[in-house]
Amino acid sequence: MQVELLYWDGCPSHPEALSDLKRVLLELGIDTEVALREVTTDAQAAELGFVGSPTIRVDGDDLFDTGGAPPSLTCRVYRTRDGRFSATPDPEELRDVLAARH
Amino acid sequence: MFSLPDTEGKLHSPGDATATVVVFTANHCPYALGWHDRIIDAARDYAGKDVKFLAISPNDAERYPADAPLANAERVAKGEFGDVPYLYDEDQSVARSLDAKTTPDIFVFDNELELRYRGAPDADYKDPVQNAAWLRGALDAVLAGKQPDPSETEPVGCSIKWK
Repeated sequence: MQVELLYWDGCPSHPEALSDLKRVLLELGIDTEVALREVTTDAQAAELGFVGSPTIRVDGDDLFDTGGAPPSLTCRVYRTRDGRFSATPDPEELRDVLAARH
Repeated sequence: MFSLPDTEGKLHSPGDATATVVVFTANHCPYALGWHDRIIDAARDYAGKDVKFLAISPNDAERYPADAPLANAERVAKGEFGDVPYLYDEDQSVARSLDAKTTPDIFVFDNELELRYRGAPDADYKDPVQNAAWLRGALDAVLAGKQPDPSETEPVGCSIKWK
């Protein structure tokens, strides 16, 4: 399983997302490194299909619905399971989608 | 200080109030969205206390169409801003003059337009219980003629998208 976290430094959420991701991987017993990739330009965002920071991909697949958002250097909008806005994926949802792919 | 148009073209300026709250915000930023209702609730709660709230959209709308004036108008039409005018800082001059960093970034001015508080609404955009405590505390202090404590916090959010 190849796990990748793409981020843009203009959004302060990627350290929390990385921490959540590593914790969930550990809890699920998934022994893999998280590859960090910084996206710095609009051209790079377009090339990578990067729709916002943070974006987590497993084996190249985005783990969450992009909602058809265009590639952009921006903060990605997530929702917690109770409906609140969040700058990071809901950890419980992250656990579920990773477990489903494990 | 400045004069900016709302979504209907009407100009708004800070001042003519005991306190003025300037909120830089955005339509597609999880931090701005997370704090939004708390800020609008504060505006409603202080509406009868001679406090003026101004929300400002500062992002480059060409690169970020989600922050274009049409998108601003749609949110206002939905009632998402209550009675708070949503202004458009097209040339970003107001954001630059105040050295705004993020969405949201809050500035509270007194009746002489002296800056009395700058920073985040409260300590956690994810926690509604925080209830914009820093903003409300700053307003209570200004209305009482006192210095807010804290008077400055670190703005937290999406960096402003400069042209």
